[in-house]
Amino acid sequence: MAAVSQSAMTAEPSVASPKMTARDLNLFYSDNQALFDVNLDIVERQVTALIGPSGCGKSTFLRCMNRMNDTIDGVTINGKVTLDGRDIYDKRIDVVQLRARIGMVFQKPNPFPKSIYDNVAYGPRIHGLVNSRDELDEIVMTSLERAGLLKEVKDRLQSPATGLSGGQQQRLCIARAVAVSPEVILMDEPCSALDPIATAKVEELIDELRSNYTIVIVTHSMQQAARVSQRTAFFHLGKLVEVGETDQIFTNPKDDRTKGYITGRFG
Amino acid sequence: MSLSFLLLAVAALCALSFYFGRQRAVALSGGRYSNLHSLPAHYGTYVALWCGLPALLLLFVWHTFQGSVIEAMIIADLPAEITSDSGQLSLALNSISLIAAGNGQHLTVSPEVVDAGRRLANLQSIANAALIVVMLCGAVIGVSLSYRKISPELRARNNVERISRWVMIACSAIAILSTVGIVFSLLFEALHFFSKINPLEFLFGLEWSPQTAIRADQVASEGAFGAIPLFVGTLLITVIAMCVAVPVGLFSAIYMGEYASPKFRAVAKPALEILAGVPTVVYGFFAALTVAPFLRNNGAILGLDVSSESALAAGLVMGVMIIPFVSSLSDDVMSQVPKSLRDGSYGLGATKSETIRHVIFPAALPGIVGAVLLAVSRAIGETMIVVMAAGLAANMTVNPLQAVTTVTVQIVTLLVGDQEFDSAKTLSAFALGLVLFLVTLGLNVFALKVVQKYREKYD
Repeated sequence: MAAVSQSAMTAEPSVASPKMTARDLNLFYSDNQALFDVNLDIVERQVTALIGPSGCGKSTFLRCMNRMNDTIDGVTINGKVTLDGRDIYDKRIDVVQLRARIGMVFQKPNPFPKSIYDNVAYGPRIHGLVNSRDELDEIVMTSLERAGLLKEVKDRLQSPATGLSGGQQQRLCIARAVAVSPEVILMDEPCSALDPIATAKVEELIDELRSNYTIVIVTHSMQQAARVSQRTAFFHLGKLVEVGETDQIFTNPKDDRTKGYITGRFG
Repeated sequence: MSLSFLLLAVAALCALSFYFGRQRAVALSGGRYSNLHSLPAHYGTYVALWCGLPALLLLFVWHTFQGSVIEAMIIADLPAEITSDSGQLSLALNSISLIAAGNGQHLTVSPEVVDAGRRLANLQSIANAALIVVMLCGAVIGVSLSYRKISPELRARNNVERISRWVMIACSAIAILSTVGIVFSLLFEALHFFSKINPLEFLFGLEWSPQTAIRADQVASEGAFGAIPLFVGTLLITVIAMCVAVPVGLFSAIYMGEYASPKFRAVAKPALEILAGVPTVVYGFFAALTVAPFLRNNGAILGLDVSSESALAAGLVMGVMIIPFVSSLSDDVMSQVPKSLRDGSYGLGATKSETIRHVIFPAALPGIVGAVLLAVSRAIGETMIVVMAAGLAANMTVNPLQAVTTVTVQIVTLLVGDQEFDSAKTLSAFALGLVLFLVTLGLNVFALKVVQKYREKYD
């Protein structure tokens, strides 16, 4: 209880009717504790940015939110993560369905070695979201459209996805995530492998996606956090130090560590 | 001085010249190695290489030509009545070399031959002594030239690297040339065979019965050299073996790589690989003494007529033998599929088996095809199990319950016979070998093409 009230002093985790929440979340890799009592609310249809120096646990936290840490051996988690009020670590929750509701985009573009079409169709196919070829075509087209990629690839849907440029591949991965109609999209440094022009396009896309999806993005670039997010959470050494409106975090941080990090004194 | 002693002496000389070359470089540097173009050890290696390589090259050239030169000298001195007949000449040369080696006491030969034998012994000892002198001269000349060239400006490092590149080229040339040599030795004997038997009859004939008469008065069949039954038998056994090895190997690889706990994997994987270490003769026992009777007895219950030596028994056991090839290699390629692809699939809500089927398996396909084709060539080349379990009868059948034979088995049985070496029967072994070589070569080329075609799609 002491830990909760302490972190509550520096951070403001609670908002009215959050899409997702984390409460007293602790995570251990074997004997190393990577997250300490994290309490954070994710607001629906907003972009929440997670910032902090390397190794501060922000990616680990992100991967807790759709249980991607389940695939790693020796990870123990305690605490609670909820989606629409239901604990996602509940035994009755099916990870497969959970991940269909909470999509993920990774640091390095990772298209499957298949055609562009098959990459986007992958999710709808395995989840049985469509009954006919026409429906599938439509989902693929709208997803590519939403990811801002349709114009560039509509004449070569059957060519291999690995032939696309890095930025196009990343937008394809976003289209692939969008195709299963998730409610939340988690993005783990989605622009770190991209050049500035491709980055600008992806950021623009994130801003557009905000109207339909709840987005959580991990980023190393504070400018990016300032540009795309409405709320920002600052992590340091496995602890959530401060969370609030992005403007407030960048102009008037309450914690000295946050101030130090965003003014570039450490990190 | 024997050859090994000579080589040791050259090695010692090399070591000495390394030491002196290095010393001279150190002396020239005046205590600061940075005054030299290369490190002192490079100068030492430079001198040592100039010592060893000329000597070895001379040794090689000398040995290549010594025999034929000395033989020519001996023949030139032999009387015309011996040299005019090639049969007598080779007989005489044989006796001469026996006498020269000191084993000719019991021979009854003409005095000219005895003289020639003594001359041969004489010439050989002269040649050996000359070789030592020539080699040492070569080494000394090489050392003195290179030693004199040592100066701070000498680019010893670059020179050494250039020489070592040539050594590497020579090594790869040996590997390639021996392949070419094998092909040609097969080719010439096969051509010899095809001059006796029509190639079309060999390639498309449907009957294989290589028994020809050994003596003119012997009652025997003409002999039939149609290779089709052998290739059908090989194909049949290979197909049966692959039907066992591919699914079992692949599924065990998937289980080991994707599902098994690290603890189980650490025990089970080596255990599976033990299969690869069992000698094929032991598999042969197993096939002939356990599997074949088992099949025959159970076949009898089902009302099937299984012969006691059957393609099925050999193929099944061969399949078991190949499992570790398939599983080990495909496990390796599947574990090389990047983690990011798995994460991408899990992140979309795919289950483990969906990820394996739709992402990992297609991405690893080129490697898996490679593994399977490697296993196929192993199956085609396997001999021992077939000899013991499938028999020698060249039946033209695709019924796995009958006895069949394979190409390699026939090659062995053809060559262990006691027929003259230039009979059609023996020579046909080379023709079979040539065709088998071409088939496996074609298979390898095909495998490479497949792998290349699919690799482009992958990362």
